[in-house]
Amino acid sequence: MSPQPVTFLGRAEALLGTRAAESVNQGMLHLTAMRDNAVSGFPLMDAMRDRARVIRLHALANLDRLLSHFADQVVAQGGAVHFAADAVEANQIVARILKETGSHLVVKSKSMVSEEIDLNRYLEDRGFEVVETDLGEFIVQLAGDTPSHIVAPIIHLDRHDVGTLFAQKLGVEETFDPTRLNQIARDHLRETFLKADAGISGVNIAVAESGSVITVTNEGNGRLCTTAPRVHIALLGMERVVSRWEDASVILEVLARSATGQRLTSYTNVVTGPRRESDEDGPEQLHVVVIDNGRSEILGSDTAEILACIRCGACLNVCPVFRTVGGHAYGSIYSGPVGSIVTPGLLGMEPWWELPYASTLCGACEEVCPIRIQIPSMLLKLRARAAEEGRLPGWLERGMRRYTNIADSSSKWERAKRLVHTLTWPVSRGGWIRRLPGRGRGWTAYRDFPRPARESFSAWWRSNRGA
Amino acid sequence: MEGPTVQLVVTCLVDALAPQVGRATVTVLEQAGCQVEFVEGQTCCGQPAFNVGMVTEARRMAGHTLDLLDVTKGPIVVPSGSCADMMTRHYEELFAGTDREQQAERISSRVRELSQFLVDDLATDLKASCEGCLVAYHHSCHGLRGLGLGHQAANLLSEVDMAELEGATDCCGCGGAFAIEMPAVSAAIMNEKLDRIEASGADTLVGGEVSCLIHLEGGLRRRDSKIVVKHLAEILAGDDS
Repeated sequence: MSPQPVTFLGRAEALLGTRAAESVNQGMLHLTAMRDNAVSGFPLMDAMRDRARVIRLHALANLDRLLSHFADQVVAQGGAVHFAADAVEANQIVARILKETGSHLVVKSKSMVSEEIDLNRYLEDRGFEVVETDLGEFIVQLAGDTPSHIVAPIIHLDRHDVGTLFAQKLGVEETFDPTRLNQIARDHLRETFLKADAGISGVNIAVAESGSVITVTNEGNGRLCTTAPRVHIALLGMERVVSRWEDASVILEVLARSATGQRLTSYTNVVTGPRRESDEDGPEQLHVVVIDNGRSEILGSDTAEILACIRCGACLNVCPVFRTVGGHAYGSIYSGPVGSIVTPGLLGMEPWWELPYASTLCGACEEVCPIRIQIPSMLLKLRARAAEEGRLPGWLERGMRRYTNIADSSSKWERAKRLVHTLTWPVSRGGWIRRLPGRGRGWTAYRDFPRPARESFSAWWRSNRGA
Repeated sequence: MEGPTVQLVVTCLVDALAPQVGRATVTVLEQAGCQVEFVEGQTCCGQPAFNVGMVTEARRMAGHTLDLLDVTKGPIVVPSGSCADMMTRHYEELFAGTDREQQAERISSRVRELSQFLVDDLATDLKASCEGCLVAYHHSCHGLRGLGLGHQAANLLSEVDMAELEGATDCCGCGGAFAIEMPAVSAAIMNEKLDRIEASGADTLVGGEVSCLIHLEGGLRRRDSKIVVKHLAEILAGDDS
């Protein structure tokens, strides 16, 4: 693989206008239309969103208490709970459980936190065989790619990409028919499920009162991962806990509608403890790994509210920047508006401080967020942090200082307007400039810029209305 | 009808780049029966610096604006959703805990965006007319989502033929400094918007925000488009401005 450009802009420019970017845009328009349709058919949505916000903020405010109650309940149900401070610890815990249970073949259902800690690579380096079973994630793994969307990981690919990939990697006859492609993946995975020693899943919602973990999927692979193998390991981002079932039901009401426009996903999988004696199936062991990995840091900062996110992806779908370039431009598995806040929070400002600038601040994200998270406001806070820490590019910082030195004084402003009007005479035609110097070239590479007026508004006022 | 005395804030972009919008705003406010006052020496509300995170610089520009306006009375009318949003929703936060906190609160509570002032406050019966035009309206994000604007412009344009614009509430990609920081991305978003405007069949593009409008007009010019771009105030003022 050729080296990835190191900045958002570099990656974004490489993606602009590609077939992948077009696939993303079409996919996002589709998901947004589905979401809008589901929301307009559900008069309670706004009230549910208000309720969901209260529930999530309450959970964050009581996180230590809820987590400890949750852990007690998991143990009471016969499961085990492990707390991981960071990615390394989380990976070590999972590897240790696998080793201790004599597991080799591991099936996984979709888990963003496992991507966050780069679990697959860690396990594969230590000789475990890891198979992604979510269709999208299976394709990502087969292609050696990364997910480009937190809900729809292969939204950047189309059926032709997948057909070619399957023919190459699975040795099947090339087909571009989605139903047949689905069948190929299903046949391939079915046997793996039956042979697997352990299943790893993510967690959408953890319910403290019963020690349950809920995962929502549309493919049923999650249910197979958590029931067929002997061992089930659930990876829980530590913020995803709520107090009660009543709370979980509200989150479920808004989650699927916001994510895919469904009232509920096809499968809502609830795991409460390992297999009991009376159960016909289920794993012998349940391990819940509660992962911090920077979340405490965010919780103590002015962007704590982002931890209320339920990862529906709606903010990605409506974001004009995300729609145009796709998730890979962000360089982090958490992309789009939410990712631009989560990533610098989890991984640090360097080099991630630039992500909050990958936004027009249009506010479409906050408008659709089921938790009404104030995303633009947090982007601004992170920008203020970046500026305060002196991370802005020199041209921007100097340019804005220069502008401020003019715009904080009436007389300098007056002089500057006249001066710029005069200076732009040679480059203007009919009141418009075709080519600006310096960083202004970015503007005029794609659009004309209006020449400052000969008579500004204030000059006109002075001549015509002034005292 | 005898209307109130209003303080006009024209914004840096209107003052320097689009003074015709300022003149049209004066005309429209006077048509609506207002006495228009304009404090000289206005520069910029500080939003450009605020949006890139340069708080100190934003405070300097906003402080200048606050001082100018603090000696005036009555509603402050701004022909820009974005600057009005900055002045109503962000000034208090910008100056929280500083000695300008109360001053910011005083000014913020007086600020009204033009269409908001005309329709919500004055209940004006002014209507734009544009003989033979087909108008596409661009909702600017900060007005739309920050101030909840939209129905006011629809009211003012209710006697004009309106084109159906796909994705009418989608961002145009300008985003202020974003257009210069990430020009290629900004332009890609703009081009989708321009494609949709052209597909709508409109011959006139109207909006309430000069920053979006110069971005879109600048882009339309590169396409040799015949679509005419006007601020809401200009189409309201008609030939009187």
